[in-house]
Formats: sequence, C-alpha cells, structure tokens
Amino acid sequence: MNKHIADWWQSGAPWIWLNAAAVSTSLAMVIGLLALIAYNGLGHFWPHPVWEFEYRAADGSGMQQLVGEITDEEETSVERMRHSGAQLPDNIGEDLDRFLLKTGNRDVSGLDFRWILEPLIVKRDKPEKLVVFERTEWGNFYGFLKNVKQAGKVVAEGDAAWQELQTRLKQVDKVRKKIRHIEKGRIGAVNYSIEQLRLDRRRLELDGEDTPDRLAELQRRRDTLQAEFTELQKQLDAMYRDIARDSVTMTVMNGQEVDIPVAKVVRAYRPNDMNVLQKAVFYLSKLWEFVSADPREANTEGGVFPAIFGTVMMVLLMSVIVTPFGVVAAVYLREYAKQGPLTRLIRIAVNNLAGVPSIVYGVFGLGFFVYFLGGNIDQLFFPEALPAPTFGTPGLMWASLTLALLTLPVVIVATEEGLARIPSSIREGSLALGATKAETLWRTVLPMASPAMMTGLILAVARAAGEVAPLMLVGVVKLAPSLPLDGNPPFVHLDRKFMHLGFHIYDVGFQSPNVEAARPLVYATALLLVLVILVLNLAAISIRNRLRERYRELEQ
Amino acid sequence: MSMEVKNTQSLTPGVIPRSLGVNDLGAEDHCIKVRNLNLFYGGTQALKEVNLDIARKRVTAFIGPSGCGKSTLLRCFNRMNDLVSSVRIEGRIELDGEEINAKSVQVAQLRQRVGMVFQKPNPFPKSIYENVAYGLRLQGVKSRRALDDIIEKALRGAALWDEVKDRLHDNALGLSGGQQQRLVIARAIAVEPEVLLLDEPASALDPISTLKIEELIDELKDKYTIVIVTHNMQQAARVSDYTAFMYLGKLIEYDATNKIFTNPREKMTEDYVTGRYG
Repeated sequence: MNKHIADWWQSGAPWIWLNAAAVSTSLAMVIGLLALIAYNGLGHFWPHPVWEFEYRAADGSGMQQLVGEITDEEETSVERMRHSGAQLPDNIGEDLDRFLLKTGNRDVSGLDFRWILEPLIVKRDKPEKLVVFERTEWGNFYGFLKNVKQAGKVVAEGDAAWQELQTRLKQVDKVRKKIRHIEKGRIGAVNYSIEQLRLDRRRLELDGEDTPDRLAELQRRRDTLQAEFTELQKQLDAMYRDIARDSVTMTVMNGQEVDIPVAKVVRAYRPNDMNVLQKAVFYLSKLWEFVSADPREANTEGGVFPAIFGTVMMVLLMSVIVTPFGVVAAVYLREYAKQGPLTRLIRIAVNNLAGVPSIVYGVFGLGFFVYFLGGNIDQLFFPEALPAPTFGTPGLMWASLTLALLTLPVVIVATEEGLARIPSSIREGSLALGATKAETLWRTVLPMASPAMMTGLILAVARAAGEVAPLMLVGVVKLAPSLPLDGNPPFVHLDRKFMHLGFHIYDVGFQSPNVEAARPLVYATALLLVLVILVLNLAAISIRNRLRERYRELEQ
Repeated sequence: MSMEVKNTQSLTPGVIPRSLGVNDLGAEDHCIKVRNLNLFYGGTQALKEVNLDIARKRVTAFIGPSGCGKSTLLRCFNRMNDLVSSVRIEGRIELDGEEINAKSVQVAQLRQRVGMVFQKPNPFPKSIYENVAYGLRLQGVKSRRALDDIIEKALRGAALWDEVKDRLHDNALGLSGGQQQRLVIARAIAVEPEVLLLDEPASALDPISTLKIEELIDELKDKYTIVIVTHNMQQAARVSDYTAFMYLGKLIEYDATNKIFTNPREKMTEDYVTGRYG
C-alpha cells in the first residue's frame, strides 16, 4: 500500500491535480466575482413588477394598502419578530419570510423602504394601471394616474390621461434638453468669458496697466456678455414657465391625491402592463442613460458619464506622461549608465517604489504637486486669480502626475527587460553600418523594444485605472460641475477637478443619503469600471500584439 | 571604454619590422597595414605582435583554430572591439595610411569605410528595402529615386536582386538563411565601403548557400578589399588570394594562398592545412 502511494506521489500526478485545482479555484473566483456584480448591477435596470399589498400592520393599527417593488427577501425567526413588537398570528411555525419593499414616494410618506412580514399579507396583486414615475428629485413615485392638468385645469382623465401624459412628457423632455443646452453650454460659456474678463482686468491692475481706455474696452465687452446673459436668462425663464404649466394628479396607496408637475418627471411607465419587448426597450434606454447621462440626486440616480469620462481621460493623460518618462529612464539605466553598484542600487530603489502604498503617493502628490508646484505656478502665472487657486488645488493634472509617478517603476522595469532581450547581433549590425550608438537606439533598438514598453504601459494602466485612494487627495470629487474637456478655450482644463468611477463606487456605496436605493448602482458602477479597464487594456494589448507581430521572428 | 592606443614605433614605408612572408605582397597596393599589434582583454593577451599588410582589391583569408584571435584581428579593422569595455590595444593599424585608432577618427565614419558581415545573418526586423537603405539613410540620403537606384545596385551586387525584386517591401526575416546573409552583404556594400570584413560568413549556411556566397566573394573582389575569416580550409583555398594562418594570437605564416596550401614555410601551417592539427 505504501509502495503504491509512493509510486503515485512519484508519478507527479498529485502535482498536476494540485495545479489544476489552483487554476480552477482562481477561475471560479474571477467568474463568480464578475457574475455577481453583473447580476446585481445589470438587473437593476430591468423594470421590476410593482405589487399592491393589503397588509395588516405589524403594530396592530389595522389594515394598510402598500405599493412597491420587492427588492430583497430573507428568512427570519418568528420569535425575533415577536420580540421586536410584531403582532403575528399563532401557529405559523418558527420561521417566516419577510420582504424589503421599495415604496418610493419619499416626499409623501417620509421613508421609501420598509420590511413587510409574509404572514401579515392579506392580499397581493399586480395592478396593470399602476404607474411608476422616475423623478428629478425625491426618488421613484408609485401610484395610479387620475388626470392630467394644464395650468390647473383637467385636460384628460382616465385612460386618455395616460396617452396625454406620454405626449406631454415628450414635449417637456424636448424643452428640458434645450434648457440644459442653454444652462450648461451657452450660459456656461458666457460665465466663463465673464470670469476671464474679470481676470484680465485684475491682471491689468496688477501690472499697473489699467489705463482708462483699456478698462473701458473690458467693460464694453463685459456689458455685451451681460446683455447676452440677460437674454438667455429671459429665454430660460420662458421655458421654465412653459414646462411648469403641466401637472398630473396621482392617487397613492392610502387614497391620498398628490399633484406632481410634469417637469419633475423623467420617465413614466407601467411595469405590470409591459411585455418583454417593451421591457427590453426600457432596459436599453435605462442602460444608455446610465452610461451617457449626468448623475442626479446626490449620485443615486441618473448616469455616470462624467465619471467614465474622468477615469478615461485621467488614465490617458497618465499614459502620455509615464511612457516617455519611464522609457527614457530605462534607456539610460540599461544603455548608458555604467553597470556598477550605484546603478544596481538605483534599480533596486526603482523596483521598490512599486511597493509603496498608493495613499503615500497621494500624500506626496498633495504636498509636492498641489501645494508646492501648484502654489508656485499660481504665484508666477495666475496672480490675477489669487487668492482663489488655479493649479494650487487638486485637479486632473496633479492626479495624472501622481499616478504617473505611481506606475513609473512598472514601465521602467518592463522597458529594461525589453532592451535586454534585443540580441547584440542586431546592435552590432547597425553599428557596423556606421550608425552611432544613439542612431542604433533610435532606429533599431527602441522600435524593437516597443512591445515591451507596451507591456509596461498595460500593467501601468491596469494599476492606475483602479486606483482610488491617492486620487481622493489630488483631484477627484463627488460631483464635478463641468468636464475637463469642453468648448471654452483652451478646451482642455487640466486644473479642473474630475469624477472617477472608483471614487464614485465609494461615494455611492458609503456616502450616499439613501444607501438602500443606491446599492444596485454600486454594482453597476463596479461592473462599468471593470469594463472600462478591460477596454483600455484590450486597446493597449492589441497595439502590443501588432508591434510584436512585426518583430516576431526575433523572439525565437 | 578603457581603450588606449600606444604607438610603439613609427612606420618607415617599405620596411617591415618582422617579416612573416609579407614580402611577397611587395608588388601589391596595401590597403591596411598592421604593425606590432597587441590586444588585451583585461589581463589576457589575445593578439601578440601581429604585423601584416592587406592588399587592395584582393581577398585575404584568416585561418586558424578556434580562439586563435583571427576574429579579434578582423574586428580591429572597424573597431568593433570598442564595444568590449575591458579591451586594450597597442600598436598601429593604418587604413590608407591613416591611423584608425587615432582620437581624430570618428568610429561611425570608419565603419562606413570598413563594412562588416557577421557569422549569423542579422537583418533588421524591417523590410528588405529598408534593410539595404539603413546605411544610406544614416548618411542622409533622402531622395526616393537615389535610394531605389542604389538599393537595386546593391542587391544585384549581392546576387539577390532576382530573388527579391518582387517583394522588396516584405519583412527581411521571411528570407532564407542564405538569402538573409546575401541581404546583409547587400546592406554592407550599399554604403560603398572600401573594405569588406567577412566573419565566417558561410558557417551558418547550407552548402548551396555557401557556394553562392563564395561566388559572390569572387565577384566582389573587383571592387572591394575583402578580408574573410573562415574555419573552412577549402573555402579559404577557393576564394582567397592571400592567406594568414594564426595560432594562439600570433600570426604564424602569411603568404599567397596557393603557397600556404601547397608549400607552407612553417611546419605548424602544414600540419593545420593538411588536417593533422586543429
């Protein structure tokens, strides 16, 4: 028997099993992780059925009518429920189910989630006429549509009201888009120009060149802008009046009637009345909103587009900074520096930089980049804006620089390895043709080492895109009023603060006023972050493979 | 680079300090002159008191057992030994009467005058066209037409044109070993060097490719001074006009090839060329 086991052990089979087990465990964990966030995140956008319950209140105060979506369910012990004051019927066993009901209507009832106990449900139903509103504030609204009013007068009632509401919603949506365009785009541009004029004036004062005619010129331009602003404001007022005209009357669960302005409604739908195709269309439109729209209601509703944009832009900027830096450093270390104890020491130091906790880089970025560099840049180039800082405050540029510093070791190490792999026969071939060392580097060695540089960049991107801690110190905010890229010259605003998917997850998950409502968004945002990193990586990998293909035979 | 050059003695034209049969070259025009060359790798001496003249537009072969210093000597002529950090050179090497180790000489320019082909084909991972254009671009040739002309001439010169003229822009790494080696020769002659150094150019090739390279050497000697290092005695006998036999860093015998192979002066040379040694 012992002989048998010894033979088995010697055959190497246990090792193969062990390896296979390790691989399959890792695989299962990765797939499990992705499946979990995908299920929780993507499921959120599907229109769930809305239930109407007749419910005996647990405190014995009588019957209630409850309307809402079931967002969670769990099994709990009857005794514990009794202990916490619920009046439950006898002989229902030891355990009971309870549901977490999203009842919405936060403005009416004060709370929008509540647990209900299964044994107390008297009757349940999915009424087809039940309407769900997604609103610009106060979260979802559940109720029955009674009528549509224009300037306080009823224009449609009953079944006709639903059609009327849909057409009016479309009109309102159009106007809302125009309002958005004027507010964000044109008024934004006017405000930006007025601010620039203020700074111009201040600059003239600082330089002592504020001659009366120059000031008059500035004032004249300012007046033009002011007039434009007033005009736009007038248009806006008209539009706001226009969409404030319509409202709907809704009956909520306890029979109360509530008036809701159509302008506050983003979407109205009847989930219990939708077929699969309608639900799919709805799902896609929600998904599109999620990736393309601005966040609403303290980030718990709407989209995450500014966060996607910020993440991608920050990573691209970081790549642009870190690649030349790392490559130049690696070329010096490998090709020019005398290989001795000092070079070895530098190399060890560089490698160890990769192990420094990222928050430490954040602290360094804040202290050196933001306060020291940024502060001095403000003194030298933007004195007119002081005491308001321009670059002396966290922003996109400092975040990118900090992450570039964080990922520099990876790029240096990968590039050095790539340079070391170039066969000496190729270098000699180039030198023998009369190329100098620098020419050999530029024309032959560096192009051949480019796949290795890309490998370094891929690792850098993978690390930088997921990094959150240092960013909180050097530029990321919960809600950025404008993107770092827009139509106002100089178009790229590296001094602006930005939003980031990683920080968005943290913010929505832990800092949100309505954690329960925001939880699905945490998963959805996490999934999106993974996808964004995946796309960035795939792009880099495809570039690398193309380069590698070109130099394929040399790898042999 | 810790290379230092000591001129141990001045040269008197026509007088050769230690004759090793070089007198027979008296009638030839001398392209390269080596005088009292000593070369050290760190503490070990790789070349000892080497004196020889290399005839212009002739093929000179260096033969000898492995480690005898023939490749090292060859690499002295275009200063490829500079790449080895611990190398130290004493003595004189003149190319057309000019000391090549002098401070005023720019290595890159020297290497344009003295081309080199290595044992293993080492084309760049670029197109055939770009491989041949490499040296020309370094010299600043930009005109497309000039490049086209020179590249065709070089490829014809290397007897490769007919095989590659339809796929000039394919990757050079797709060529066979023999074609790659001829491409490397084309690359070297495209910059019109005076001297072509061949370091065992056929040792990694099959017999047919070897034959082609040998035919090529025969054609090229009308225009270039060729120095070839080879392990293959038959090859040396077939392609070269003069042969130098080296042993343990010393130049043992240097003479016309048929003399070396039929009637060598030294016993050691005879043993080596007849296969009794090495």
